[in-house]
Amino acid sequence: MPCPTVPAPSADPGLTVRLRQTAPIPLDVALSCRPGEVLALVGPSGSGKSTVLRSVAGLYRPGDGLVVCDGAVWLDTGNGVRLSPQQRSVGLVFQSYALFPHMTALDNVMAAMGHVARADRRARAMDLLARLHLDGLESRSPAALSGGQQQRVAVARALARDPKVLLLDEPFSAVDRVTRQKLYVELAELRRDLSIPTLLVTHDLEEASTLADTLSILRHGRTLQTGTPTAVKARPDSVGVARLVDVRNIFDGVVLGHDQTKTYLGWQGRTFTTRLRPDFEPLAKVAWCIPASHVLLHRRDRPTRGDAENPVQGVVTDLLPLGETVRMTVAIGPSGACITVPVLVHVAQRNHLEPGTEVTLTLRAEGIHLMPSE
Amino acid sequence: MDWTALWLSLSLGAWTIAILLPVGIVVGRWLAWRSFRGKGLVESLLALPLVLPPTVLGYYLLVSMGGRSPIGQWFESVAGHGLVFTFTGLVVASVLVNLPFAIQPMQRAFEAIPREVREAAACCGMSPWRTLLRVELPLAWPGILTAMVLSFAHTLGEFGVVLMVGGSIPGETKTIAIAIYDRVQAFDDEAAGAMSAFLLLFSLLTIGLSYALSNRARAIR
Repeated sequence: MPCPTVPAPSADPGLTVRLRQTAPIPLDVALSCRPGEVLALVGPSGSGKSTVLRSVAGLYRPGDGLVVCDGAVWLDTGNGVRLSPQQRSVGLVFQSYALFPHMTALDNVMAAMGHVARADRRARAMDLLARLHLDGLESRSPAALSGGQQQRVAVARALARDPKVLLLDEPFSAVDRVTRQKLYVELAELRRDLSIPTLLVTHDLEEASTLADTLSILRHGRTLQTGTPTAVKARPDSVGVARLVDVRNIFDGVVLGHDQTKTYLGWQGRTFTTRLRPDFEPLAKVAWCIPASHVLLHRRDRPTRGDAENPVQGVVTDLLPLGETVRMTVAIGPSGACITVPVLVHVAQRNHLEPGTEVTLTLRAEGIHLMPSE
Repeated sequence: MDWTALWLSLSLGAWTIAILLPVGIVVGRWLAWRSFRGKGLVESLLALPLVLPPTVLGYYLLVSMGGRSPIGQWFESVAGHGLVFTFTGLVVASVLVNLPFAIQPMQRAFEAIPREVREAAACCGMSPWRTLLRVELPLAWPGILTAMVLSFAHTLGEFGVVLMVGGSIPGETKTIAIAIYDRVQAFDDEAAGAMSAFLLLFSLLTIGLSYALSNRARAIR
């Protein structure tokens, strides 16, 4: 007879979530998060990110769902399993922090230590507060703490339960930019010692890329794509994802054909070489995009001699100063298609860029990414 | 000064808030966080004593608790005496009359607790019972206190319903408000004045105390 305390060998030590329903909020979500991994749920407001988090915590009851954490089934609608939030070992940091306003910072943390022997609670809560750089503020009430400090108390309280999963619901949205940058560093430091899965809900792609190992892009309650931040941003699965991850240069084209190492893309009467993508049939209509980092501006005083990849000529139509960079819009050919690229202010000056200037751009083959046509 | 009537009024007030405290917490909390069909009707019924003339309310209570009503007959079979014109009957009437004064402030107080704070308690592993004691009641405390003070003060001053349901039996149903009326009728202005002054002072004291306490509680939040 197998010992019941030993988990089955197939048990996944991380977090597995499958949610599906059509109303009142449509959901079609599948994700998994390994111990120590930070998975960011990214999407516009109303995309269902917080609902996913609340379903994991047991605060929302999805129509169909499976939530398994560290081998324990928390939710299995098919088999009538539904654990209460109290029975699930979760640490949740709310967007508003939801600290208990009538308790001190220390009492807030100790409130989540029902599982710890009474005599040990105080010392452990003090340890946690110290770990989050809150020494000396133990006896303050939440109202007497700054936004950043409140957020740290909320994180300390979430960890006080020794959770099996850490859930962060837009935890940085209520603090100013400088504090946010500081808290990013603290969270990055903190997670080095955490061996549990962490779900981070955010609508800020930059924040997600900074903090997460994996991005999961959500729209209308559906997970559209999951992958590393670099992969999702450079190789979105669809035009929809490309738009959500802020890829600006998206165009329609035609696959002309393949050879051993390359695929040939037709656009505006030009032929571009791209990475080999045998998954697209020749003559298939496609959408393609290129991240700004793969668009190079040729120096006008030192024109390259023909060996550059995918050169395109165009005319500068707009130069919009944005801090240290200038957003340059270049019209390509007579159709009015435009490529926008940020260039550094000094580069724009050295190249005497102004509206009407003719420029040559290189679209690096490695950067051109093909997607199914919409 | 009719000390018996004063003592009767104070014990009627104490009984009323002792019964309304748990009732108000349960009902107020339920109305604050649950939405269900007919919630508007329930809230209207509970608010009815605010607008109904006390004599009308008193009349219906008299009829429904009287010896010819099922409730009155049931009570008589259990307790051995009738419900109307007794202190017990007065307590029942007082509780019903004070429902809106107790429930509404408590409902508002529970409504003011953010949903996320209650959810945070659940995510901290706190049981519903522990959440009530450690989070909800401390946060709703000013509203609960206001409800208790309002109900108590209102009980001391209630006249119409008490007269209809209790009559004016000294030591049983003759409260201080009725005693004042009684003294005025007997041209005993001295006693009426003393009792009125006492009630005025007492009301001022309780209401002042409740404001002070709830301001302090709010400052803590």
